[in-house]
Amino acid sequence: MTESSMKVEHLTKHYPIKTGFFRTLISKETPVVHAVDDASFQIGAEEIFGLVGESGCGKTTTGKLLLRLIQPTSGKIYFQDKDITNLTPQQMRKMRQKIQVIFQDPYESLNPRMSIYDIISEPVHVLKAARSIEEIKDKVTKVMEDMGLIPPEEFLYRFPHELSGGQRQRVAIARAFILEPQFIVADEPVSMLDASIRSEVAKLILSLVGKFHISFLYITHDIALSRYMCNRIAIMYLGKIVEMGPTDDVIQSPFHPYTEALIAAVPVPDPTVKRTEIVLKGEIPSAVNPPSGCRFHTRCMYAQDTCKKEEPPLVETGKNRYLACYFPLGKE
Amino acid sequence: MQVLNVENLKMYFLTLRGWVKAVDDVSFTLDKGDSLGLAGESGCGKTSAALSILRLLPRNGKIFGGTIKFEGQDILKLGEKELRREIRWKKISTIFQGAMNALHPTTRVGDQIIESITAHENVSKKEARKRAESLLDLVGIGASRMDRYPHELSGGMKQRVIIAMSLACNPDLVIADEPTTALDVIIEAQVLKVMKDLQHKLNLSMILISHDLSMLAETCNRVAIMYAGKIVEQGDTASIYKEPLHPYTQKLVTAFPSIIGPKKELSSIHGFPPDLLNPPPACRFHPRCNYAMEICRKVEPPIVFIGPKNHSVACHLISGEKS
Repeated sequence: MTESSMKVEHLTKHYPIKTGFFRTLISKETPVVHAVDDASFQIGAEEIFGLVGESGCGKTTTGKLLLRLIQPTSGKIYFQDKDITNLTPQQMRKMRQKIQVIFQDPYESLNPRMSIYDIISEPVHVLKAARSIEEIKDKVTKVMEDMGLIPPEEFLYRFPHELSGGQRQRVAIARAFILEPQFIVADEPVSMLDASIRSEVAKLILSLVGKFHISFLYITHDIALSRYMCNRIAIMYLGKIVEMGPTDDVIQSPFHPYTEALIAAVPVPDPTVKRTEIVLKGEIPSAVNPPSGCRFHTRCMYAQDTCKKEEPPLVETGKNRYLACYFPLGKE
Repeated sequence: MQVLNVENLKMYFLTLRGWVKAVDDVSFTLDKGDSLGLAGESGCGKTSAALSILRLLPRNGKIFGGTIKFEGQDILKLGEKELRREIRWKKISTIFQGAMNALHPTTRVGDQIIESITAHENVSKKEARKRAESLLDLVGIGASRMDRYPHELSGGMKQRVIIAMSLACNPDLVIADEPTTALDVIIEAQVLKVMKDLQHKLNLSMILISHDLSMLAETCNRVAIMYAGKIVEQGDTASIYKEPLHPYTQKLVTAFPSIIGPKKELSSIHGFPPDLLNPPPACRFHPRCNYAMEICRKVEPPIVFIGPKNHSVACHLISGEKS
């Protein structure tokens, strides 16, 4: 885990809100949605890095930024120490061989009119990564075997609607892996699957890390599952990373009040356990006008005057842990 | 006191390819003030079973047999008019899946609650409005939001409006179909807290349908596990989670990650849920079961009762008293 696979510095994405013509004349600044604000992190080789947060906190936007599907407002993205922030679309196209994506919903991410063979082989065609039809066929069958779609012949000429949810997601993973990428953005890859199948696919993803020497950005809202999947996690709130560190450390002893509340909100599959009740009041404020200072202060139980005025920076608090809070828990 | 007694319920859907056996021979009971969790994977028939209770079935759905006794009255024998006037919403109400879509987008939320009151009871609009206001207070939204439109409210608030609406006519039984799946964890915790508090306060009976066993573990005192249109196991929540008997339940209970306690390996079940057009013969779980024996492929396991806790299971591995 010494060398880094993906590194971002001060990554920011603001979406301008479209206003009418006259509005633009009156007001100087167009309002923006602060989707991601000043995010910095590093993902090591063969590491699964989890990005955890509620919907609308900017975790998917971060994933899209790393894929360069959208252009960041500011900040830098390095892939294997190469700055990819300003690559041209042509250069990026070559890069995409190494950076792939798995989407959340295998019911929507697969074209219903393409056979499984066509779906999995499409990236090869697009990037002209094979010389002959035979080579493509070999690649497809091999990657299907790796993903547990066995025997491949049985699936090759079927269509997505003939497969179950778990099989479809395996097809989506196979499509991402056929070009032998080195980095994958997985956007909630198992949240649409049924419980009995979810853990199977989750285990598959875990096994791929060592087998293909690959690293992941794992985007999820399920902090309980991230405990099983990720080496390190970052907790996002309203476009900001509030806490980051090794998964077990963060979950066992969260420092940020938001992390604590997020953990406390997860139901426990054990009726005899009484979890501590920390139910946050209210809901996530708007990302157009995020609260001043610490963005969490409006819902924080421990908020003081400083939190309203100044924004806490994300600083290292010891052994690989980062925190953006003036009054961390457990540290009086 | 028994509020609901469902016996041998069969509900099939007619499709172009034949009858889909969505609910096949399902029996369960619900006591006053109890909450029953109906758990299972998607397509296992849990929603169909609940909709049968209200007889809110799509046109191609047909109830083929069984009885649904609600407070001693067989719902299946009632006429449509009687059912609509006397039972639906007044006695049994529902919280539908996805509150985002369950509200009328161009009617103020207060008016929607008022409408559900005046449609069923002979009260003046003024009185209905008063009741709607107190309902919104009850679910923690506040009467000040009576005149808001649904799009002005967030997902969690909309779901609470739906809960308020389901309580509009003081029902005895509330059926909640995946009430929190569309919500974030923190909002989910808020909504579940409201539901739990109300259930205790009003002594409601509740049926909660969900695929999320962790959520049911915290909210229900009884759980029934469904697989492929049948209930394979039911019992007190503690005994289902601590001493699951059916191989499917055992796998399902340990398939959910826990945020606390030691990190146990997550179990998974090979294969996938069966097609209900042609379900596997005999025990429907046998193609995916690690303990499947010869008899599992030939004879359907009867439901047997174990111990004093009202725990029942349908599996050849388990011997117990037959009903």
